[in-house]
Amino acid sequence: MAHMWIMVSLWSALAAVEPAVAAEPPLPASPAAAYSEECGSCHLAYPARLLPRASWNVVLDGLAQHFGQNASVDAATLRLLRAHLDAGARQVRAGDRTRDGSPILRITELPWFREEHRRFDRDDAWRRASIGSAANCGACHRDADQGRFDEHAIRVPK
Amino acid sequence: MRTTIPLMLALIAGLAATAPAAAQAPADELRRYEAVARAEDPAWAGFSAERGERFFQSTHGGDWSCATCHLRTPTAAGRHVVTGKAIEPLAPAANPQRFTRADKIEKWFTRNCNDVLRRPCTAREKGDVLAWLLSLGR
Repeated sequence: MAHMWIMVSLWSALAAVEPAVAAEPPLPASPAAAYSEECGSCHLAYPARLLPRASWNVVLDGLAQHFGQNASVDAATLRLLRAHLDAGARQVRAGDRTRDGSPILRITELPWFREEHRRFDRDDAWRRASIGSAANCGACHRDADQGRFDEHAIRVPK
Repeated sequence: MRTTIPLMLALIAGLAATAPAAAQAPADELRRYEAVARAEDPAWAGFSAERGERFFQSTHGGDWSCATCHLRTPTAAGRHVVTGKAIEPLAPAANPQRFTRADKIEKWFTRNCNDVLRRPCTAREKGDVLAWLLSLGR
């Protein structure tokens, strides 16, 4: 029985040295938190379901040259990102690969995306200062940061 | 008892491993850079906010400066030049979360110095920029 008390007192001693309020949350330990922090700083944390697994894997293996920027992360973080994207990746569909058979890496180059957004290609609306690029989902999809793309939440800025 | 001690040790080790990186104040980071800069050159005269501002606004012979995304007045929100995503203000006066976690600071200096200068920044450069950022909005 004595060891029970030792354990209890150890626990309370440990609890006592924990700061009451952390100024910042700890480093992300869950796959979802790591994804949101690591990937969501420079662009929307694109929902995993927007690309198939084969595409995500190529993106993750090439973070040192990530669309022109070095976005590399340490090995532990990379494992978390892969776990998150693996779990949520979309089913492979026709058109998910380029003509030479390699996975398409840009969500904006997938056939469904081109189809859904075809009316914006005409006047190159993506280049508007209020939008910036097709990667900036949140410029029009007001619910994009919650991973939703509801039609009623669309407001295309001038 | 024989099984309890290893179990306890494992529990304590587990807790230590998941403990958050200690929060700090931006001035702590500045002191760290100062110690490195001083060790490199005992005759060094100290950080300069003015030099930090010039460094921040300069493209250093490339396409981008720090201000390309953080904008010239980093007390306001910035904007990622490629993706268009909003970036929270960088100056601690406007955003108290900034420069409070050593691991995060190093991660972003590593990434962004590589984007702007194609090399790591020195402790002096980081200190100058931080000194300038700390002088803003006060």
